[in-house]
Amino acid sequence: MAMNTMRPCGDYRTSYKADQTIFQTRLTMLICVAAVVALCFAPFFFSRYVLSLFIQIGYLGIAALGLNILVGFSGQISIGHAVFFGFGGFASAYLADKGVPVPIAIVLAGLWTTVVGLIFGLPAARVKGLYLAIATLAAQFILQDFFVRAEWFTGGTHGALAAPFTLFGYDLSGDDKYFYVVLFFVVVMYLGATNLMRSRDGRALIAVRDHYLSAEMMGVNLAKYRTMAFGISSFYAGIGGALYAHYVGFMSVEGLDILFSIQFLGMIIIGGLGSIMGSLMGTVFMVLLPEATGWLASALSGSIIDQALHLKSGITYMREMLIGAAIIMFLIFEPDGLAHRWRQIKTYWKLYPFSF
Amino acid sequence: MQSQLLLQLIINGLIIGTLYGVVGMCFVLIYKASQVVNFAQGEFLLIGAWVCWWLLTAWNIPFFWGFLIAVVFMMAFGMAVQMVILRPLIGEPIISVIMVTIGMSIFFQALMKWMFGTFAQPFPPIFPVDKVNVLGLQVQTAYLMSTGVSLAIMAGFAWFFKYSKMGLAMRATAFSQQVAQSLGISVRQVFALSWGISAAVSAVAGVVVGMVNGVSSALSYFGIKVFPAVILGGLDSIFGAVVGGLIVGLLENLGQYVDSQYLKWGNLYEIIPFYVLIIILMIKPYGLFGTRDIERV
Repeated sequence: MAMNTMRPCGDYRTSYKADQTIFQTRLTMLICVAAVVALCFAPFFFSRYVLSLFIQIGYLGIAALGLNILVGFSGQISIGHAVFFGFGGFASAYLADKGVPVPIAIVLAGLWTTVVGLIFGLPAARVKGLYLAIATLAAQFILQDFFVRAEWFTGGTHGALAAPFTLFGYDLSGDDKYFYVVLFFVVVMYLGATNLMRSRDGRALIAVRDHYLSAEMMGVNLAKYRTMAFGISSFYAGIGGALYAHYVGFMSVEGLDILFSIQFLGMIIIGGLGSIMGSLMGTVFMVLLPEATGWLASALSGSIIDQALHLKSGITYMREMLIGAAIIMFLIFEPDGLAHRWRQIKTYWKLYPFSF
Repeated sequence: MQSQLLLQLIINGLIIGTLYGVVGMCFVLIYKASQVVNFAQGEFLLIGAWVCWWLLTAWNIPFFWGFLIAVVFMMAFGMAVQMVILRPLIGEPIISVIMVTIGMSIFFQALMKWMFGTFAQPFPPIFPVDKVNVLGLQVQTAYLMSTGVSLAIMAGFAWFFKYSKMGLAMRATAFSQQVAQSLGISVRQVFALSWGISAAVSAVAGVVVGMVNGVSSALSYFGIKVFPAVILGGLDSIFGAVVGGLIVGLLENLGQYVDSQYLKWGNLYEIIPFYVLIIILMIKPYGLFGTRDIERV
């Protein structure tokens, strides 16, 4: 997963400081700022449906980024990300129900999920690789069971109501207003992750991933950083889940199954392991995939293919199959994900007539 | 009455446990031979059971032949999966391989749901009597058969790895791929064959479970239940997988007993193996019989 960053000709880095800027060049910074500013005007142009997709990409993207920090940057694997996402949602709904203002409840829910993540990440301090994968699999089932059981916390099988998002008395709950809330969190969380990766801790995480023996010899405390990666990843998942809960206004245990966890894995594989913007690209892909299958099915309805395969009834399964197929295909043919493909496209244009 | 219930549950636990043991063995076989943790093991059961069910109901083939065709099909299927999906990933980090098998698992699960629906379909009756009396307890005939088949499979595995040429080749490959290759063993063949055998034997287990509970996507849950069993026994020990399977099967049923008699929490038996799993990973991650070469962090 070497990051072969493409820089304009003549832009040499002569100090470590210059090598660690958040944005590679002034232009990338301007483009990013312009993109965020442009998104601020999105509610004036797009329909509620498109906005709801944006919001979905936002909160799932935050959670996917958390998983990418765990899997892509620190080289561990979690098959239970969905329950941490769900825990954040339930915690935020619970706190808001107890009278905590919603914006604070979201952050507190993130911290709360961090603690839970650290508990389940404790095996990470002792075992690695596939053993850890199996431990997180157990976490998935244990927490899912806990959600059904703990009625005081989650409302049991009925689910919990989450209060609408209000800030200083203003109600920000509609699609067009909640969009800004999600946008704010996305920008903060993504900047936070980029910054984390520039810091000593972030580099330590990558060192643990690349060669843990060397990392340990350099004085990196493996147990600490492995568990910390779990904590950070759960924090992101918790924030994402809390945003989801207050967006829908309702949190239920349904849908927090292992398939959802696998979807998160799919997002980061498709986007690119170890790439921050890749997490967002993968989320866009994963959110648009079911929509695209929906459009395709309705476009084909009545045709021969439809009659042969019963697309209408099979569409949920078709989506699941596409998710599985996308994971397999990307791992075999493009293991570095969309982020890598995107870099290649950029390089192609930059070096256009002389592509070598 | 209570001791009767307890006894019944223990018998059930042993029967289910042998099935877990068989699936666990298949899992360990793949892991030992090709170092792949197969999260799609449950789907092998599922596909095998559906294929057999389809042959029996849609084509009215006698059970024996339908069963045989399903097993042979799954053998080919397992080898095809290894050759098409897993072979390009040799040498990739273990995380990628794990995730590919996860992707396979949801792909095939959804495919089966799409093709055969989500409802449990009963197998056509195969035995003249549904239940038989063993020591004063009612035991399903299919379960008796399943225990017989499981024991036969275990004996077959023992023979295969001890005496047959291919089995020895597999053990050599598991020991060291390079050394095995230098001795003229085709590691490619060993990989493919281990997947084939694993899929075929899983299909047997799938058909047996399907005969009792009906065929549905719940079968793939076996593939997840197998993790506590193999971790308990040690990931790379076939004997450990059998012992782990038995323990997990017993534990589930004892959990159900404690739950129904004292705790009244409901569905404790489904979750208790995972608590055990976490505890084992914390204190003895290499399991009861596994090799102790886990790198401590």
